[in-house]
Amino acid sequence: MTTVAPGPAIGVAAPGTGAPGTGAEDVAARRAGAAGVGLMLPGTLYLVAFFVIPVFALLATSLYVPVPGGDVGQFMPAFHWQNYVTALADFWQPLARSFWFALLATAGALAVGYPIAYLIAVRGRGRPLLQGMLLVLVVAPFFTSFVLRTIAWKQILADDGYVVQALHWLHVLPPDGRLTATSFAVVVSLTHNFVPFMALPIYASLERLDPRLVEAGGDLYAGPWTTFRTVTLPLSMPGVVSGTLLTFIPAAGDYVSASLLGNSTNTAMIGQVIDTRFFRLLDYPTAASLSVVLMAAIAVLVGLYVRRTGTEDLL
Amino acid sequence: MTRPVTRPVTRPATRPATGRLNRRLAGALIPAYCALAFVFLLAPSVYTVLYSFNDGGRRNLVWQGFTLDNWRNPCGAPQVCEAFANSLQVGLLSTLFATTLGTLVAIALVRYRFRGRALANLLIFLPMSTPEVVLGAALLSQFLTLQLQLGFWTVVLAHVMFNISFVVVAVKARVQSMDPRLEEAAADLYASPWQAFWKVTFPLLVPGIAAAAALAFSLSFDDFIITNFNSGSFTTFPKFVYVSAARGIPAQANVIGTAMFVAALAVVIGAQVVAALRRRVSGAGSS
Repeated sequence: MTTVAPGPAIGVAAPGTGAPGTGAEDVAARRAGAAGVGLMLPGTLYLVAFFVIPVFALLATSLYVPVPGGDVGQFMPAFHWQNYVTALADFWQPLARSFWFALLATAGALAVGYPIAYLIAVRGRGRPLLQGMLLVLVVAPFFTSFVLRTIAWKQILADDGYVVQALHWLHVLPPDGRLTATSFAVVVSLTHNFVPFMALPIYASLERLDPRLVEAGGDLYAGPWTTFRTVTLPLSMPGVVSGTLLTFIPAAGDYVSASLLGNSTNTAMIGQVIDTRFFRLLDYPTAASLSVVLMAAIAVLVGLYVRRTGTEDLL
Repeated sequence: MTRPVTRPVTRPATRPATGRLNRRLAGALIPAYCALAFVFLLAPSVYTVLYSFNDGGRRNLVWQGFTLDNWRNPCGAPQVCEAFANSLQVGLLSTLFATTLGTLVAIALVRYRFRGRALANLLIFLPMSTPEVVLGAALLSQFLTLQLQLGFWTVVLAHVMFNISFVVVAVKARVQSMDPRLEEAAADLYASPWQAFWKVTFPLLVPGIAAAAALAFSLSFDDFIITNFNSGSFTTFPKFVYVSAARGIPAQANVIGTAMFVAALAVVIGAQVVAALRRRVSGAGSS
């Protein structure tokens, strides 16, 4: 270990990430002027038209009231903020459950994704082809359609499938116990879906980590675990933070896993409610106010989290 | 690590040996754990591939026996191929628009100084940090307010919207790693900004733009939630699978899913092998 490190360490540090990129940004002046604005304009205007204004349309819709004596699905502009009160009173459970499931999925994705990222970045260091192939395996799930993958979980966790049979045999699951239509199935599918989002940013920060720092830990008589805890883990935190955000945010809003793998009583997530309110019940104000609450809650949580982990510059 | 341990006497003398044993154990533990993790990661894809050979007919949920019929007749189930073709069209069109718009924004953000940069960065970041269901609901509210007919074009508009940010992020990284002095050199050689861009900047950006386009296409092709909100009766491949899930998904959906899986895998593995060969060639050249 001690003999190999210095060579490749210098090789990795010098040509790669550090000097040219940052230096270029500092030294070579950004040009001022109209050309930049001109390049920006089409893209940003598009986002204003199809993201910013729609968010305001959503806010407006969340305050609508039914047209008196009108059909189902007919609403008129109003400022009926009580929509939020009734929506929250009726649907606080799926809302809270969404955050709970998203938290579990984030923890699960971290438990699966971090060791994979570590294996590829640290153990695979110096073997680029192996690293590349393992990274392909990490993103390979994305090459199967997300909905098909979710349905595959239905097949894997089916009552007569291998997994359930094995769990019966091991007495982990009672003889009448099942995995289909449970919160477990929903969380497994959510976790699975976001492992690559977790593993890739962590891989990126571990890849940048200077192996000489780990060596130094060993030279100072720290055991592998202490070295990991005091050197590797803190230095990979930027990756962990972006990975958890990339997992938590979409997981909280996802409803494909919940609606394909859950049941109707205790696995409903907020996305399902919003979808049903919009399309089956044509109850646009409730659906819109739940969407606004979801967006606001996530913005607050993410803000707190990012501040706490001290990585504001991530944004 | 082999140096004598000068620690307080309370430490047992056998400590280095157990430490080595622990290290060896930990060394084997991580790959073993990761092997299980990869099984977990790849199991659904393997099932999708397996069930494309299932003789399950219309309800492809339980294994009924091996057949090649689904592969001989991939369009055999109603609407499968239509939905697939729709997804390809939406994917190509939205990738084209999003990649163009996003690349311009990325160049501007890295290379130019102007007022409102921070605001622009925030505008790029926000759609990525908003759950899809909110993006879908917001766009639907707007389309309902405008009383637009939902269909192909509303889906394309929606996909361009959520893809722009991803393209910006992907291309930005490439622009940042590019030496701006190259453009300055072009300018010194009397190239107009337009010539400098097309002759110098753009060729260097191509790998980044291609990666961004691939990402955009796969995000668009695989999107369900936003599409579901803004498509009306228009059906894409993920929507087709989701809607037919209640009745049972025809094995042909697995055939198409498998074909896409294999094609994407071949492209990515091919790219890795090419990169490895290049490294070998350049390594041989330098040593």
